[in-house]
Amino acid sequence: MAAADQRSSFGRTPYYVLTGGLAIIFLSPLLWSLVASVSPQAATAQVSGYGLGNYMTLYGFGPGLPQVALNSCYLSVLTVVITLVISTLGGYAFARFSFWGRDALFLLTLSILMVPFATLLIPLYVLLNAIGLANSLLSVALIVAMFQLPFATYMMRISFEAIPHDLEESAQIDGCGTFGVLWRVMMPSVTPGLVTVGLFAFLAAWNEFFAPLIMLTDPAKQTLPVAVANLRQQTMGAIDYGATEAGVVVMALPCIVLFLLLQRYYVRGFMSGAVKG
Amino acid sequence: MTPELPAASKGHGRANFHRRRRLMGFAYSVPTVIFVAVLFITPLLLVARMSLSSWGLLTGRGGFTFPKNFVAISRNQLFWPAVSFTIEYTVIVTVLLLGMGLGLALLVQTQSRWAGVLRTVFLLPVSLGLAAASLLAYGFFSPAIGPISPPLMQLGVIHAPLPFLGTALSALLSTTLLVVWKYAGFYMLILVVGLQAIPDDLYEAAALDGATTRQTFRYVTLPLLRPSLSLALILCVTGSLLAFDQFFILTKGAPDNTTVTVVQVIYREAFQRQNLGTASALSIIVLVALVALNTVQFRFLRGSAGN
Repeated sequence: MAAADQRSSFGRTPYYVLTGGLAIIFLSPLLWSLVASVSPQAATAQVSGYGLGNYMTLYGFGPGLPQVALNSCYLSVLTVVITLVISTLGGYAFARFSFWGRDALFLLTLSILMVPFATLLIPLYVLLNAIGLANSLLSVALIVAMFQLPFATYMMRISFEAIPHDLEESAQIDGCGTFGVLWRVMMPSVTPGLVTVGLFAFLAAWNEFFAPLIMLTDPAKQTLPVAVANLRQQTMGAIDYGATEAGVVVMALPCIVLFLLLQRYYVRGFMSGAVKG
Repeated sequence: MTPELPAASKGHGRANFHRRRRLMGFAYSVPTVIFVAVLFITPLLLVARMSLSSWGLLTGRGGFTFPKNFVAISRNQLFWPAVSFTIEYTVIVTVLLLGMGLGLALLVQTQSRWAGVLRTVFLLPVSLGLAAASLLAYGFFSPAIGPISPPLMQLGVIHAPLPFLGTALSALLSTTLLVVWKYAGFYMLILVVGLQAIPDDLYEAAALDGATTRQTFRYVTLPLLRPSLSLALILCVTGSLLAFDQFFILTKGAPDNTTVTVVQVIYREAFQRQNLGTASALSIIVLVALVALNTVQFRFLRGSAGN
C-alpha cells in the first residue's frame, strides 16, 4: 500500500473537494445545454415558461428532424458495417495468414494516420463525384470508414492474434474451411474487439462534420451536425439559440448513452496500444 | 482409420495446403487492398496532380500550370496570418491540454470507485462530437443565453455581457477553453494507461530511498511516462494544426479574419473561391509540413529517450 500512498500526493479532504469541483465544472456545460434547450428565451419558440418549443422548431426545420436524424442513423450504421466487414476480414488475414505483400499492406493501411483529413478531402470530393457518388451518404460513409481503417485493422489484428492456435487447428481437423473457422470459431472470441471498433466508427460517423459539409449539397440528405449548424443562420437574422441547444441535446444524447453503456470497450481501445497506430 | 498415404503424396498435399492458405489469406485482405487503393492511394496521387494543374470547382481539370498554384498561395492574403494563427493556437492548446490531461490523470489513477466515477465524468465530453460541442459553446458564449455574464452583471462586477467571441484574443481563448473541456479526458485516458503501466516496485523503491513526492514524480513518474507523453504530444499537435470545425462553427474567422486556420483557408479556396488547384497545393503543403514535423518529433523523442 506504500506505493499507492506515494502515488497520490493529496490529503483525503482536499482531494475530494478538488476532484468534486472539477467534476462539476466538466458536467455543467452539458447540464446547461439541457436546461437552456427547455428554458424560456426571447427570439425562440419557447418565449415563456419551460417546455419543448425549441424541439418543435427543430422538428419542423428544413427537411425536418426525423429526416435528418434518419440520415445520421443511416450514415452511422453504414459506416459501422463497412468498417467492421473490412477490418474483420483484413485483421483475420493479417493475424492468421502469410501471403505476399502482407506487411507492406498493413503498414500502408496504418500510414493513413499520417495523412491529414483535409489533404484527402479535396481529391476524394473530385473522385467520388466522378464515380457517381455525388451528394450521397454512401460517399460520406466510405470517407469516414477509410479514416477508421488504421485503428480498426490494428484492433482486429491484435484481437485475432490473441486467440490460441489450437482452437482453429481442431476446427480444421473437424473439416472447417478458413471461413468456417473465422465465422464459427473466431468470431465469438473477437466480439470485444468488434464492439470497440464499432463504437469508435459509430461515434466518428455520427459526429462527422467536414465530410458531410462538402459532400452533401441537398439539405434533405444532410446529417445532424451540419443541419443544426445551418439552423442558426436561417431564422430571419436573429439566431435561434434555443433550437440550437435543442439540436446539441439531440446530437449528444446517443453518444452519451452509448458511451456510458460501452465505456469498458471505449477504454479498451486505449489499453490495446491501438491508439498509438 | 485412413490408409497411410505414400510419403510423396503427403508432401505434395502439404505444399498444396500452404499455397491454398496463402491464396485464402490474400483473398481476405482484398477488401482492404481495394479500400486503400481507391480511397487512399488514388486521392493522394490525384491531389498531387491537382496541385500542379489549374482545376476549377465547376469547370474541372485544366492544363498543367506548375508552379502557379503555389505562387498564388504565397500571395494569398489569408495564408500567412492563418499559418501564424494556427501555430499560436496549437502552442496554447497543446500546453494547456497536456498539462490538464496529466493533472487529471494523476487525480484519477487509483482503483477506487470515486476515481472511476471521475474518469467517466471527464470522458463524457470526449464522446460528444466536436461540432456538437462547438454549437453548445456557441450558445454558452453568446450574449443572448450565455450563463456566465448575467450573475456577474447582477453582482455589478461587469456592466455588459462579456465579449467571449468579440475580440481576436477572447475568441482564441474561448475556443481554447472549449477544446480543453472537450479533449482533456482523452489525454487523461492516454496518460492514465501510461501511469498504470509503471510498476509498483519502482514507487516502493523510491519510498524506501526516502524520496519526496516531488522527487518521485520528477525521477520516476515523468521519465517512465515519456512514451505516453510523446504519443499525447504528437496527437495534440497534429489535431490542433488541423483545427477546422471549432473555428468554422464558433467564430467563422471573425472578428476580421483573425481566427482563420490553415484548413479553413483550404476550405475557402476550394468551395468559396472555387479553385481546387490552389486548395490542392495547400493540401500538399499541409501534408509535407505534418509529415516532416511528425518525423522530427519521432526522431527527437526516440533519440532523447535512448540517452
